[in-house]
Amino acid sequence: MKEGTERKLIIDGKRLDGRGFEELRPIKIEIGVLKRADGSCYLEVGDNKVIAAVYGPREMHPRHAQDAKMAVIKYRYNMAPFSVDDRKRPGPDRRSVEISKVSREAFDPVIMKEYYPKMAIEVYVEMLQSDAGTRTAGINAASIALADAGIPMTDLVSSIAVGKIDGEVVLDLTGVEDNNGEADMPIAMIARTNTITALQMDGHLTKEEFKRGLKLAMGACHQIYELQRAALIERYSKSEEREEKKRD
Amino acid sequence: MGLEIIADIRKDYVCNLVRGGKREEGRGFREYREISVERDIIKRAEGSARVKIGDTEVLVGVKVELGEPFSDTPDKGVIITNAELVPLASPEFESGPPNENSVQLARVVDRGIRESKAIDLKKLCIEEGEKVWIVFIDVHVLDNDGNLVDAAALGAIAALLNIRIPNERYGLTGENTLPMRDTPVAVTMAEVEGNILVDPNFNEENAATSRLTVISNADGSLSGMQKSGSGGLKEEEVVEMVEIGIEKAREIREKYLSPL
Repeated sequence: MKEGTERKLIIDGKRLDGRGFEELRPIKIEIGVLKRADGSCYLEVGDNKVIAAVYGPREMHPRHAQDAKMAVIKYRYNMAPFSVDDRKRPGPDRRSVEISKVSREAFDPVIMKEYYPKMAIEVYVEMLQSDAGTRTAGINAASIALADAGIPMTDLVSSIAVGKIDGEVVLDLTGVEDNNGEADMPIAMIARTNTITALQMDGHLTKEEFKRGLKLAMGACHQIYELQRAALIERYSKSEEREEKKRD
Repeated sequence: MGLEIIADIRKDYVCNLVRGGKREEGRGFREYREISVERDIIKRAEGSARVKIGDTEVLVGVKVELGEPFSDTPDKGVIITNAELVPLASPEFESGPPNENSVQLARVVDRGIRESKAIDLKKLCIEEGEKVWIVFIDVHVLDNDGNLVDAAALGAIAALLNIRIPNERYGLTGENTLPMRDTPVAVTMAEVEGNILVDPNFNEENAATSRLTVISNADGSLSGMQKSGSGGLKEEEVVEMVEIGIEKAREIREKYLSPL
């Protein structure tokens, strides 16, 4: 529900949480947090808390949905009932079906599916606490979990939303900003090649605002990519050290 | 297996044509198939439209019923959009609960109507917190030769332009008309072999790596976008698609969405 500025969201050039227009919320990343999954990641963006798990490649069920040429990607975005103010009824609703589809397609260009014909690569994303930007947080976490599971990928995918509040194009909306703002545009991108793999928009943007927003979001995806990469390097250099210690 | 092989052959055919600068039916890359819009064709519906884009055919019916508002918007009516990909319309469609394609279709159509604020939801309020009009927009796909989104979105706004509020049925008095405040139009483009094709048909959709739907309003501003498909797009491509989308929407609006 975008109903315009019923409430002031920018005061003295700052947003309600003190951020500038082009500033991301703080991001925290932990890798390999689940024992049973083949790969996993816990990620926080501001007040969003999300956990992603990857299973596979493993046999695709049901079998008639197998693809003889390549692996099938399954992606399930799910909100915990307690993750939002009004309890969310458990199970998939239309919103989460759409988000799951768009998120899965965001990974289609990077996952080397042809390596695993007839198999499934399964990504499960659970929102534990939400404050707008959950699909993008989910994609960022899923990207790392896929890498953690050792799924061959040409690249990581990074994701963020831009929006419009009080007439200004800003990065990474919070829940309050999203509910009272004028537009929301989440994107996902392969940062290294500047390739956009997901794009949605709702609300009201002029063509110029759209162009500015797209540039802003793409720049932010580069920042997120660096954080994802740094987290993976840190995790795997540590595990190498542990291996070395064991050998000594 | 047979269908898959034929699909691959068709895909190659489309790609070869596009590489040579051509499309099926001799269409230009920026050209729509022939569009027809017929309004008010279902007597029982409060608004309706049949849209054909080439061989793609979609019927949109609008029903208006009395109901309760959502608790967080007590002074506003409700829009509910649904899409059914009935098995009559394509060998790929199966009966059963809505799948992700029909959910996406309904949600993209809904996004255009909702975010453009075409419907003044406050005018649908009869008694704050108690009674409001609920507008059901139902998209019924009859023949799928590609680009269902544009046909469904055009059908939805065309049906709404002539909507009647059924006051008498509920023993109410009041205004029976509901003027639309905007006319959002969806324009879908597909990327095939590095080229942007407006209004992809079924074969072109299957050959495309990605699609982008751009929904724009009468003043040229954007009210919704949706990328789908398994490919990636460059910034320049997205910007170009948005520009084409706004331009094409203007042409369609002028031709097919004038008041009756």
